[in-house]
Amino acid sequence: MIIDPDADLLARLRAGDEAAFMELVERYGPLMLRIALSHVRSRAVAEEVVQEAWLGVLKGLDRFEGRSSLKTWILRIVANRARTRGEREARSVPVSALEGDEPAVDPGRFRPFDDPRYPGGWAAPPHAWPEERLLAGETLDQVRMAIATLPARQQEVILLRDVEGWEPEEVSAALDLTPGNQRVLLHRARSKVRAQLEDYFDEVAA
Amino acid sequence: MNVPGGISCREVVEIVTAYLDGALDAELAQRLERHLELCPPCTAYVAQIRATARLAAAAELEQHPDRDELLQTFRAFQSGRP
Repeated sequence: MIIDPDADLLARLRAGDEAAFMELVERYGPLMLRIALSHVRSRAVAEEVVQEAWLGVLKGLDRFEGRSSLKTWILRIVANRARTRGEREARSVPVSALEGDEPAVDPGRFRPFDDPRYPGGWAAPPHAWPEERLLAGETLDQVRMAIATLPARQQEVILLRDVEGWEPEEVSAALDLTPGNQRVLLHRARSKVRAQLEDYFDEVAA
Repeated sequence: MNVPGGISCREVVEIVTAYLDGALDAELAQRLERHLELCPPCTAYVAQIRATARLAAAAELEQHPDRDELLQTFRAFQSGRP
């Protein structure tokens, strides 16, 4: 049995401690807002989703049995609310994120599979990225923009895995995904963000 | 024909996430590593995917939801409790 890092806050929250509530808001609020924003159009609606989710958390506290961690449970609640709202806005198309063939790299950048020398090898290989630019503010803006334009399901997964550093198992549990689907979504998300960064670095080098 | 590790570059870019998660079976992971030893472009590609994940971690979430509204929500909930 793993001890939930939020166990103490949970106990205080159950006792109605306002400071504990605000500490959790501080800790998970920004992430909840990002998850909501990946599904709905406006900041105002996203704020409403976060409010509803917290109310859901408070109402559900008595039923929460600690089978998942508190953060996984909270995230699950906000993701579900955000999806419901997003579907009403017809922005989330739930299944499409996992359907179809979405190559990680434009197939035109590879030689054909029947190439006599390098079948399926790079025709237009990636250029090395400029180390000194990697952590520049402008680069990070590019990353944020690239993430914000991903389909909702991909955005959720890359936010949790890479931005927040959650383990794959935690993400699967919070978002009700199989390990395989979790990985497909992360793969597509990272591939697209990488491609956008590549375009950006090629532009600044030109 | 030159296909290091028996995997083409076009295939490498599709299994890199599984590789970095340690989710490939041992045999395929070994072939991929063999490919990377011999293929600088794919090595650069994997480095870029790693960099992308690192940059995402650096691009932290800066927006907070409205704290006052949430505090009101909390207080309203508490006062309605038996």
